[in-house]
Amino acid sequence: MAIDEMEKKLRPPQILLKPYPSKVITLASGEKMVVREARREETGILLGTIYPLIGVPSDFYDIVAARMYAEVLGWYRYRVANEFVLVGVIDGIIAGIVNSRHVSSKLGMSLHTLAIKRGLRVGAQLFAAKMENHIDVLGEEEVYIVAESPNGFKRWMIEYQLEDRSSQYPEVRSELGGVPTYVLTRKLWDAVREVKCTGTRPVPEKDLKSAEKLIMPSEYVQIPGFKR
Amino acid sequence: MAIKVGIVGIGHTRFGNSSEYDLADVMAYAATDALQDAGFLERRREIDQVIVGNMASGMFCHQSGVASSLISRMDMEPVPAELVENGPASGASAIKIGYMAVASGMADIVLVVGGEIMRKVSGWEATDLVATILHSEAEYDMGLTLPAFGGMFTRLYMEKYGLTERDLALLAVKNHRNGAKNMYAHIQAPCTIEAIADGPEAAVVNTYVAEPLRMYSTCPVSDGAAALLLVNMDSPKARDFKKKPIRIAGVASATDTHCVHNRKDPLRLEAVRLAAEKAYKMADLGPKDISFAELHDAFSILELAISEEVGFFERGKSFLAVRKGETDIDGRLPINTSGGLKSKGHPVGATGVSQAVELVRQLRGEAEEGRQVRNPKYGMSVNFGGFGNNVVALICAKD
Repeated sequence: MAIDEMEKKLRPPQILLKPYPSKVITLASGEKMVVREARREETGILLGTIYPLIGVPSDFYDIVAARMYAEVLGWYRYRVANEFVLVGVIDGIIAGIVNSRHVSSKLGMSLHTLAIKRGLRVGAQLFAAKMENHIDVLGEEEVYIVAESPNGFKRWMIEYQLEDRSSQYPEVRSELGGVPTYVLTRKLWDAVREVKCTGTRPVPEKDLKSAEKLIMPSEYVQIPGFKR
Repeated sequence: MAIKVGIVGIGHTRFGNSSEYDLADVMAYAATDALQDAGFLERRREIDQVIVGNMASGMFCHQSGVASSLISRMDMEPVPAELVENGPASGASAIKIGYMAVASGMADIVLVVGGEIMRKVSGWEATDLVATILHSEAEYDMGLTLPAFGGMFTRLYMEKYGLTERDLALLAVKNHRNGAKNMYAHIQAPCTIEAIADGPEAAVVNTYVAEPLRMYSTCPVSDGAAALLLVNMDSPKARDFKKKPIRIAGVASATDTHCVHNRKDPLRLEAVRLAAEKAYKMADLGPKDISFAELHDAFSILELAISEEVGFFERGKSFLAVRKGETDIDGRLPINTSGGLKSKGHPVGATGVSQAVELVRQLRGEAEEGRQVRNPKYGMSVNFGGFGNNVVALICAKD
């Protein structure tokens, strides 16, 4: 993309984010899931992975997928400030995606969590990795979080015992459309980190290599009979 | 001479999430499957009695009268139909009542259907609704739930016998291995001991539910239904079915105190022992005769405790047998060949019937490759209501 004067005006200011150190988690099935930062040049594969789920209303996959699609596209085309995208990768295949935004040195804005592989707590592990990046890597003090599905509410608001700050609206508000905002504080994270967040670092070379080239899933449990 | 009762048809839905469907439709699916298996679908109005096992459709689905609803959905009027409720043992109680109807001579052919839709409500609401089977003042009002009881029971057992969390994980590995091959199982995915017990990430991957019970020691919340067609084996009608009957050799139930704290020893499951003893006596068999068993492992600890109460193992020794692989498919006494409640799932009203379906599949030699027990002769199931206060034991035989 040519960066002319107009394009410069359209792009948000960017803060250089500290990179998220990759890790590997052995899921209950014994499969190794590498969690790493997605690279901008992988956007096409990410979008191709997200797109089929836009048509799945169950468990609000449609909303999460549609919004994540736009956010990842916005990241690629420099229309979202300070966004990061993490992928969970099993044998090269994308098992889940999370994205978020670093608002300032003190504040993070959780965007979305999309679990593609189900039943192995892929979404839960990736959400925890996202929070780890916000607080432990980027050094933020708080992360604003909303849930768009009952599963999300159970996983984040209840299991993390997030602070309900919805009564402080509009001073405290997520960017996701006025949905009640909950907050993960550093204190809360310190209380749950040990039971929610895991992973081995450094990632063994073999596992890292397997996650180097991302592959779009060829099947989705959410879409019976899916053919790419 | 007592009338012999046999099972000539079995049906089952895949357990999992059927919350978008109506309970009567899900039960009708399993019932139709059983009637087709028996070659009796077209003649279904000749059935003398339908018995439905269901625990809590009123609470889970805001729906009552499910037996009548099923009859209409199956286009079976005017066949009589009644509902049996016995908590999570409703399914096996329905079989017992169906058995009694045939054995008494009141009926020659009985359709038994167990079903539950639990996932119309959230997981924690389901846990709360199931907890209503506990004593309302002494237990429920104090905040107790079934997982809480499971956790306390596990802790006591660990302290008394030396069971470890790793032993519980071994049970999960075994049952998920079986469930992964069972086309009806809710969770058809194996798990590894490294991932859920030994590895550096295991404590998070296999998180606590009610310490020391972890996620992989606790059954999922499931929807589903199962069905059986019972027949008087001495009736001329018994020749009208496609498959040879599997005989119900013994079926019995027993109760224990509603409040767990009123028991002399909270680690003893007296109702399990008594129900099993009565079933053995009726079948003229003993624990050593049983080829395989389906035991109610809503929490993994229950597979161990029940296996001891029914006489398979000495008290406090069952987990040692698990360590040696004695309860694996190719072991001395395979247990939970279906995957058990842990992997197959636990739609409460369906479970007892589902266990019986597994007994029949194994005895017929119809289980999937890799989880078929070699030449089984007698299968036993134990369906556990409340926290062990109303239990049904069933023994089926291949004659």
